[in-house]
Order: sequence, then C-alpha cells, then structure tokens
Amino acid sequence: MSVVHLSRIYEITKGDYTRAGEASADIKRALRQLGVQADILRRVSVASYEAEMNIVIHSLGGQLSLEVSQDAITLCTQDLGPGIADIPSAMRAGFSTADEQARDLGFGAGMGLPNMKRNADTFQIDSQPGKGTFIRMAFQLHKD
Amino acid sequence: MVNLYHSVRLQKELCRGCTNCMKPCPTEAIRVRNGRAHILDELCIDCGNCIRVCPYHAKVALTNSFEDLAAFPHRIALPAPSFYAQFGKQAGSVDAILDALRKVGFDAVFEVARAADIITGAIRNLLREARRPRPLISSACPTVTRLIQVRFPSLIPNIVPLRQPMEVAAEIARKEYSLAHRVKPQDIGVFFITPCPAKMTAINSPIGQEKSHVDGAISIVEAYGRVLPLLERQPRSHSHTTATPLGVGWATAGGEAEASGCLNTMAVDGIDNVIRVLEEVDNGKLQDLDFLECSSCVSGCVGGPLTFDNNFVARQNLRNLTRAMPQADPADTPDQYAAQGLHLKLDKQIMPNSTLKLDEDMAVAIRMMEEMNTILERLPGYDCGSCGSPTCRSFAQDIVRGYFKETDCIFLLKDNLRQMSQQMLNLWQPKGE
Repeated sequence: MSVVHLSRIYEITKGDYTRAGEASADIKRALRQLGVQADILRRVSVASYEAEMNIVIHSLGGQLSLEVSQDAITLCTQDLGPGIADIPSAMRAGFSTADEQARDLGFGAGMGLPNMKRNADTFQIDSQPGKGTFIRMAFQLHKD
Repeated sequence: MVNLYHSVRLQKELCRGCTNCMKPCPTEAIRVRNGRAHILDELCIDCGNCIRVCPYHAKVALTNSFEDLAAFPHRIALPAPSFYAQFGKQAGSVDAILDALRKVGFDAVFEVARAADIITGAIRNLLREARRPRPLISSACPTVTRLIQVRFPSLIPNIVPLRQPMEVAAEIARKEYSLAHRVKPQDIGVFFITPCPAKMTAINSPIGQEKSHVDGAISIVEAYGRVLPLLERQPRSHSHTTATPLGVGWATAGGEAEASGCLNTMAVDGIDNVIRVLEEVDNGKLQDLDFLECSSCVSGCVGGPLTFDNNFVARQNLRNLTRAMPQADPADTPDQYAAQGLHLKLDKQIMPNSTLKLDEDMAVAIRMMEEMNTILERLPGYDCGSCGSPTCRSFAQDIVRGYFKETDCIFLLKDNLRQMSQQMLNLWQPKGE
C-alpha cells in the first residue's frame, strides 16, 4: 500500500467566533474534492465542526488537524488547557460548562463530545486539568 | 449522473469576456477564456444569476416561444402562480388572468397552484412520518435540488421525495382534457409558463423521474406581453380559479412552508442564503426543524430571472390577489388522485453529482490537492478574476486540471517579467560596474 496522504493543521483561537467554523468548512471542501462518500463526509463534517467549536468555546486555544490516507480519515485536536476534570460527565449528552456568550450564540447544548463520539468510528479522549485535552477520531473510508 | 442539458446558455457573439457573471455564480461554473465566457455544464445548476448580471445580455435562457404551440392540435397552458403576481391592479382577479391566457393560443388552462395544493396534502402526510430525516427539505425549486446534488450530497435523503407541482399539473391536465374532448394525449401540447430557466431544464432533464409530462416552457416575460393587452376587468367567467390561496402562495418565499400547516418550519430565499443554511444542516445543526423551504431566487419564484415585475412588487401583487380569494384549505387530496392512478412520489432516486471530485483514484486526488495548495501559496489571493477563474483557489484547481497555466495570473506574469528584465539588465551590464 502506498503512503500517499494529505495532512493539514489549523490553528484555532479561543473565543474567536468570527472565524469559528472556517477550519471545518475547509476540511469539508477538501474531502468533497477527494471524493469522500456522502455519508462519511457528513459524519466527518459534524465531528470536525463540533471539535472546532469546542476549542473556540471551552479551551484556551489549540489545533485541529486532518489526516487523510487511502484507508481512513483522522481528526485530532490538541488544546492548551484548561483540561477536563470529569470526562465521564463531559461525555454525557446535555452536560455543558459553556459560558454566557457561547450560550447567547446558541452553543452549549452539551452535545459536542457525544456528537463527536457518535459520528466517529473510533474516539479517544485524553485530558488533564491544568494541561490540555487531546482528542483523536478516526473514520474508515472502506467498510469491511 | 451529470446533467448535460441546460436552459441557461451563452450567446457567443454578445459576450465580451468581461467576467461580471463569474463571481455571482454559486457553483463557480463559469470561466472566461480567450475573451469569452464558458459555462461548465457539469456544475451549472441553472439558477440564472448570470442572466441577471450580464450587462450585454449574452446569457440567455432557452425556452419555447408561442410559435412552438403550432406543433400541437390542442394546447394547454400551465401558469405558475408567480405568473399571477406580474399583474397588479390591472388584473383584479385570477379568473381574469386565466381568461386572457386562453385568448393567446391555449385551448385550456390548468393552474399549477392546484397541483401545489395536492402536493401540500402529501407533504403534510410526510411530516407525520416520524422516522424521516429532519429537516425535510422542499423539492419545489429544481436549482436547490441540483445544488444539493453537487455540494450537499449527504442531504439528499432529506429532500421531499415528491414530484414538482408543474409535473403533477401536466399529468392531470392532459388526462382530463383528453377524456373530456376525446383526443389522443399525444395531440395535446402542455406548456408551463415559467419564472425560471431551471424549470425548463427540469423538463428536458428531469430529476427523480424518467420523462417529464410537460412538453415545453414559455417564459413569464413572453406570456406577460401577450396577456396584458387582453385583460378584461369583468371576466366572462370562462375560467374559475380552483386553487386555494395556499397553493397560489407557493410562488413567494415562505408560502410552501406556510401551506404545510406545520409550525416548526423555516423558509430561506436567495441562493447564497440557501447555501449558508444548508451548510448548517450539513454540520448537524437544525435537526429539530421539521420542514425547510429553500428558494434559489430572492422572494421565491416571483423573483425568478424570467419574470417581468420587480420581485417585491410582485410579492405584494400576489398578496393582494390571494387576500381577495376565498380562504380555504386545499380540497383536493392526494388520496383522491392516488385512486385515479396518479403518483406523487418520485420514481427514481436522486443521485449525487460528484463533479467536484478531483479524481476517481483517491491517491491521485490527494496528490492533485497538494499541488493545488503549493500553487495557491504562490498566488496573490486577490480573487480578482483577471485570469478567467472566479477565485485564486479555483484558479489553482484549474491549473492542476490543465485548463490554465500559472502565467495566466497577471500578478505572477508581472513578477516573471520583472525578473526577466532584471536578468537582461544583468547580462548587458559588464561585471564590476
């Protein structure tokens, strides 16, 4: 198997609602041009949008990365903190620590992480309070 | 499958290659090369934006003319409800408009708004099915359906799987006329009076069905010119409006959503707004919405590129007309017609259009994309359109696809020339001076 792959890294700024969504829009455009199947594209779009918004709303800023190989799409996020104290609670639908501004903009429904997990084939989260949160999501391009 | 027939065309001899049409194209389907525009057929969704903006009227919509009626012994007009909206106080009632239509070469008139009433019933039934994906997206605007095929293929399952009012109207009208007058169905020419080129395209290359029931389309502008002088204030009541104000209301933005009787709906008009909202739905938002109505044209069909009156005036005209009509819920029900063998559902699946794909082979596509990004970094990012491509990004893609070369960018060309002249100067000047 050849090792052709595409990788992109997007810097996401904390609280920047003006640019929020641009990284996931770019990811969607690229995947469309690569000919990713509609249903997979949809799942990646939802997950990348939630991931990007999470960094904007909850973190001190961070990165979203996209990796595409012939077999799978991988999305990773790494932020600069503050980290999640109670991951099981954060993974629960409806749980949110979003601030007033985010809620005013219609975010903070507590569906971000559950949505990401539901749409990805594999979901991995690692977080330490005071440090930061790392998330890795993979999407298989070919169903076995 | 790629749609090759398009109503939107270029009249080469009128085009000056000015690039005015390139930017407003929502699917980036226009390139300007060798001094004239080219429409990329596989990307065009027949929205008609280029027709609106072309200062030289080089972009036109191919429609039928009144001369084409002569090919049929019997002729039926199917006026879109947006046609009524062209007439202000001159008309007074829908009956007067229908009467005048009969005088310009049609043996019968069947209101498309009546078919809209029937489809309204079917949409209400669909909305009661809980397991359908939300939001249901209206299929009334063929441009929006084509946009979804090209840019939002994952939303295809959300599209209302029903035929267009125009199609349903044509089928019923032909059947009724053929039975009433004992003539062969093929001897009847059924013509839609259309506000837009997209409907003409939908007749020649239908979405979700094998063949259209409509024989042709005449633009509202053309019909308006003939009908206006024949309008009578007191109609001799040859015609009787059978459609309800709800069916007629489909012609304006929000009308179909309102007719659905559902409170949890949203209506979006204008193709750029439609793209923004579909982008949201595609990101998993708005799933708590039941019905989403999308019209490519601002104000809905009354804002179509082939209409005569200003879209806001037309909307007001229509409001005045519907207010004067008896207020009623649609009497025609889908079941009633189903009993007569009329199917409202699409008989073919709507397929995605994968034109945006760079290559069938993902490895090749990835390589092309890397090359595109490298080129993009060298480009100035002005999106000026001077190269003949709408944005620097689309230009980079065109280079990778072999349609353009980098020096078609005047800024890169200028840099190249500067370097070359510097090199020539260096050659000419002896060393050490």
